[in-house]
Amino acid sequence: MSKEEQSTDSAVYEELGSYHVNTGEETIHAKRMSGRFRNLKWLTSLSWLVFFFGPYIQYSGRQAILFDFPNRKFYFFDITILPQDVWLLSLVLLFFAILLAAVTSVVGRMFCGYFCFQTIWTDVFTWIEEKLEGKPAARHKLDKAPLSFTKVRIKATKYFFWLLISVFTGISFTAWFTDALQLWVDLFTMQAALAAIITVAMFTVGTFVLAGFMREQVCFWLCPYARIQGVMYDSETILPTYDTDRGEPRGRLKKGGTVEGNGDCISCNMCVAVCPTGVDIRDGQQEGCITCGLCLDACDSVMEKIKKPVGLIRYASLDEMLGKPQLPLFKRLRVLVYIGIMTLALSGIIYGLTHLGALELKVLHERQPLFVLQGDNSIQNKYEIKILNKTDVDEKIKLEVDGPEGMRVRGAENLLHAGMSRVTQYTIFLNIPKKNLTQTQVPVVFRIKMTGQDGEAEYKSMFFGPKQ
Amino acid sequence: MSEKKNPYSVETTGHVWDDNLGELLNEPPTWWRIGFHASWIFVVLYTIIYPSWPLIDTHFKGVTGWTSIKEYKEDLKEIETVRAKYEDKLPGMSAAAILADDELSNYVVRSAKVLFGDNCAACHGTGGAGNPGFPVLADDVWLYGGTIDAIEQSIVNGRKGIMPKMGGMQLSDVEINKLTAAIVDGTVTSEPLYMEKGCVACHMPDGKGMAAMGSANLTDGIWRFAPGTAESVKYTIKHGVNDASDLLTRKAEMPNFSGGKLTEVEMKKLAVYVHKLGGGQ
Repeated sequence: MSKEEQSTDSAVYEELGSYHVNTGEETIHAKRMSGRFRNLKWLTSLSWLVFFFGPYIQYSGRQAILFDFPNRKFYFFDITILPQDVWLLSLVLLFFAILLAAVTSVVGRMFCGYFCFQTIWTDVFTWIEEKLEGKPAARHKLDKAPLSFTKVRIKATKYFFWLLISVFTGISFTAWFTDALQLWVDLFTMQAALAAIITVAMFTVGTFVLAGFMREQVCFWLCPYARIQGVMYDSETILPTYDTDRGEPRGRLKKGGTVEGNGDCISCNMCVAVCPTGVDIRDGQQEGCITCGLCLDACDSVMEKIKKPVGLIRYASLDEMLGKPQLPLFKRLRVLVYIGIMTLALSGIIYGLTHLGALELKVLHERQPLFVLQGDNSIQNKYEIKILNKTDVDEKIKLEVDGPEGMRVRGAENLLHAGMSRVTQYTIFLNIPKKNLTQTQVPVVFRIKMTGQDGEAEYKSMFFGPKQ
Repeated sequence: MSEKKNPYSVETTGHVWDDNLGELLNEPPTWWRIGFHASWIFVVLYTIIYPSWPLIDTHFKGVTGWTSIKEYKEDLKEIETVRAKYEDKLPGMSAAAILADDELSNYVVRSAKVLFGDNCAACHGTGGAGNPGFPVLADDVWLYGGTIDAIEQSIVNGRKGIMPKMGGMQLSDVEINKLTAAIVDGTVTSEPLYMEKGCVACHMPDGKGMAAMGSANLTDGIWRFAPGTAESVKYTIKHGVNDASDLLTRKAEMPNFSGGKLTEVEMKKLAVYVHKLGGGQ
């Protein structure tokens, strides 16, 4: 092997050697700095208060929002959704999926940085950590310190508070699916259902481990959205971007001013120190960046100190960095398509919610036998009708059937009883004199109407007779 | 391949492929080792808890003694407790009383569907649709009456009606043809032979038959022995039904289901089910 070949080989190895990804072997202890985006993150984090206190909102005598799985009902203020209307859910999911895409295409992983439970819970957990263990340097020192009473005391206190939040998270999650106040009572009197206990336990452990220990590793290796969103960027998406032209070549500040020829970046490494996922934004856009903007705060505060314009790291799109013109929001094809889909989904949801109806009717035609000749030379068809009463009161239902002349309806002589929030089944017989049947299949329409309140439904079915 | 070119501090296996490919002797990753140990521990625990290892003439039963059939039986018991609410009432009630109770008869219709499929559908067809030579149960024409009691009787005791063969000695071919034409027309009562030859004794003066004997209604459009063509009517008149003296006679027998074939409750359920097929009276 020649010398030259050997050296290229080494270069490959060297690059390999310097390739480094933190797979959890080092804990990131990020510095906390105040600033615009820091404040913004606290504000957006507050939206999660709904998660904690939402279940206790009461509305006309019951929990305002309740996912009642055992009874298969979903309450949302005035609206009660039964499994039959669950197609709405698919539209809701579609809406939010596209919303995520739309937001990502405009402002990048804003969800990750400002709304994601993983980053917010981690943020709160590390805030507690800082209160108890001190600044990043002190924390690193404590981690490395040998086991001592003080260390155990500090760590135990920290775990206690983490656990407290975790348990509260677990209970709050579970509270959406059951009577919230009763859940607390049941938990404290050890009467809670096994499913409730398991859910609380799972979410407690999940919160404790994911937010306490795995932190940014979740974003790197567990979270699918982190990756999905990463590929939804385009050159118009604004992201925390290091202005290379302005910053490079970077160099340390000399006493009394900058070194001639150097850029504005003074290699203070503040942007790296504050990063909750431990990435260096100056390397460019990367998978670890959750676009939380904390490095912007850090860099701006340094720029102010050295009396340089702020915005060396700023939210900017690739186009802006390359000096290309930036399209306004409503001229971007992707944004328009996304908004189109979202509008469709939203219209569907609104249509669904306003047309939920109080009654639903399904009619199943008996197929064996399809029709029966009766002694009086009429043809009889048998139907199983299923009446779904979506209201919260038992109802009496009046049934009418439209069909050819001479048709008799049996099985609905009296008003039909339809139990609240469930399906009631009846057998209905239709008789049509053979001579009145002109074709093998005749359309018939079943109509039901509530007697106590507004509410009706209809179902088009078929009447079968012998071949003509 | 010199060791210098290995930038890692880990040993290699010493094996070199293609001049410069070596295999580092790294420890497997921790997560992988945790997974490995968790797996075999799981297997050991599993085989202790559940039936597992084959022994010479049996197998290790597991400390919990779990078997799938046991679990099945427990599940079945659970279903039975749900059904008990209805089932407990049934023995003390008559079929007519069950029929009168909306909720109960609804339950019975659901639960008797399987019974009907197992015991009745072979002849009477699914849903009582009937089969050639076997009566339709979904219509409102009944040989022995369509009341709930009559239906129950048919199930409990079975039915075997008799129509003597009329061919040969009793009726000439011409007479048979005449009667047949009148029957197919539905106007048999105005045919003098009907009175003369004694058909009227069983089929009654109005031609509608008699439930007590199971004699057929000759005036409606429904045929006990389908299809209602002249050919099949002629055959019935000639050879009779269940007439032992004629080898070609029509065979029509409903077996009885008492005597251990079905329990009392099951027969009641079936009576209600059949009554509700579409033609109960």
